[in-house]
Amino acid sequence: MDLVKISDNVWEIPKQGEMRVPALIYSSARLLEAIRRDQTLAQARNVACLPGIVRRSYVMPDAHQGYGFPIGGVAAFDAEDGIISPGGVGYDINCGVRLLRTDYRESDVTAKRKELLAAIFEEVPAGVGKGGITKLNRTVLKEILVRGAEWAVESGYGRVEDLERTEEGGRMPEAAVDGISERALERGIPQLGTLGAGNHFLEFQKVLEIYDEAAARAFGIDAAGQVTVMIHCGSRGLGHQVATDYIEAMENAFGVAGLPDRELVNAPFKSPEGQRYFRSMSAAVNYAFANRQMIAHWVRDVFARVLGSAKGMDQVYDVCHNVAKVEEHPDGGRSRRLVVHRKGATRSFGAGRPEVPGRYRAVGQPVLIPGSMGTASFLLVGTQEAEGLSFGSTAHGAGRVMSRHEALRRFRGEKIRDDLAKRGIELKATSWKGVAEEAAEAYKDVDEVVRVSNEVGLGRLVAKLVPIGVMKG
Amino acid sequence: MAGEGAWPAMDRYRILPHTADGKFQAYGRTLEEAFANAALATASLMWDWEKIAPRVRHFVHVKGIDRAQLLVKFLSEIVYLLETKRFLLGRVQGLRIRSEFASLALEALFEGEELSAAHEIYGGVKAVTYNDLKIEECGGFTVQVVVDM
Repeated sequence: MDLVKISDNVWEIPKQGEMRVPALIYSSARLLEAIRRDQTLAQARNVACLPGIVRRSYVMPDAHQGYGFPIGGVAAFDAEDGIISPGGVGYDINCGVRLLRTDYRESDVTAKRKELLAAIFEEVPAGVGKGGITKLNRTVLKEILVRGAEWAVESGYGRVEDLERTEEGGRMPEAAVDGISERALERGIPQLGTLGAGNHFLEFQKVLEIYDEAAARAFGIDAAGQVTVMIHCGSRGLGHQVATDYIEAMENAFGVAGLPDRELVNAPFKSPEGQRYFRSMSAAVNYAFANRQMIAHWVRDVFARVLGSAKGMDQVYDVCHNVAKVEEHPDGGRSRRLVVHRKGATRSFGAGRPEVPGRYRAVGQPVLIPGSMGTASFLLVGTQEAEGLSFGSTAHGAGRVMSRHEALRRFRGEKIRDDLAKRGIELKATSWKGVAEEAAEAYKDVDEVVRVSNEVGLGRLVAKLVPIGVMKG
Repeated sequence: MAGEGAWPAMDRYRILPHTADGKFQAYGRTLEEAFANAALATASLMWDWEKIAPRVRHFVHVKGIDRAQLLVKFLSEIVYLLETKRFLLGRVQGLRIRSEFASLALEALFEGEELSAAHEIYGGVKAVTYNDLKIEECGGFTVQVVVDM
């Protein structure tokens, strides 16, 4: 496909054929090599053809092929005459990341890291088919879908101040349960408070390097060697079912004729189907917020038990990686209400945006970018430029470059565990095959991804975090 | 009959390379056989279906506006039954597809076991997608599916 180089890290697919706007790719030449190998660019071009798309179809530096929309894709549609698409959000609605800071130093946990990891493994259910510990009924589940992390905090999971440090305050107000199917509820009941499998993980980390001291201080990160905890998971089967249900509902209502990929199926945002999906997606977002809220609570419990105290274990932030939201963005000198789809992308709002919590508003929103298993993760800060560049969005992780099948052929989980142990990283997992599938070599270089984000201004580097103990579902 | 006998897995389906997700082609002399083999291919991304005994049964009945939707909904049953009934598919019996007014209907009997500590589940299929989905007839039938993992 013809790409026009705009600058070292910016490339464009000019408007052609059915495209309503150009597509813009934020990537280094090196990351672009991987991006060009799969369907990412063709998918970005398809997104640019959808009704009501505003400005550009954006591709983040960690992008890879998705279904319909690319993973690492950002697209905004006019809230009046644009569309909403379940494929623009993804199946794992509000797959996201939460980061906790601690007062502990690496030396405080070194001797106890095995015990700590074993206790977390015991406390947080993980893996496929593992049920949550909470016996839920439908009435309570429906309340959780409407109230998200607020429900969790009120029910004794975590602290009130966690809420303001969560995107959307831990609750999307648009959520409703009228469009949530019986199946989605059934899948949601046994899985609340579980980590899941695949690329989801929970790890305790240490700060390796600080790039921006002022922002780091604002986020509670004070020095190299400080211990942090990262939780990466989503809305589990409930969210997957909502996506599946609405792809089918939109197919049945609007048909699939003319779509280059059925996963691009969409509905006008203002239509009954569009609104029902948006309310149900918001409910799944809330489920994921509650999920991470509960897991964070158990992590604090384990730290208190094993190390004596959970004091200072404040939440830095909690971000969504797969979501559609109604946001105001400047467009041609006026403010416009847009339905911003971020699929495998992180909101990256700069200082001053009202959505950024008061305590961070002078600095910008914390952005959490997890690496692959055993590699570094990054804390960034959102920027004001990002609003013009990508509707305030940046990358969400490393992004795969190798298939699971190929990874399984090349790596062995037990060997990965031993290699990590030699580097001082403990690993516990529910399946060694699952570990092999998630080998670091199967992913893009996350350092390069955040370097591009930083250089372009999508999100600026604040700190680098490396794992000490990893729990994989 | 689809899913029966000592068909080696490699003749039933082939797992294809895909950057992030699971992709396979499944084969059959009839559409029904290809669908049944697609079910086993889906299971193979999560557990070893050849080690699953036929101890528990679930009757499956789905409808679709076309073959593609029928296949997506049929394979989604495997994920649903795993997550809500802890059911591991080992065998597909009596799969039938018929036209029903403007839509298609499929029924089949799933046989397998309840998930226990004895089974290793090495992957999680989140959802069955339409991405790159193909249903082709050339002598026999080939179906191609990408699942989100």
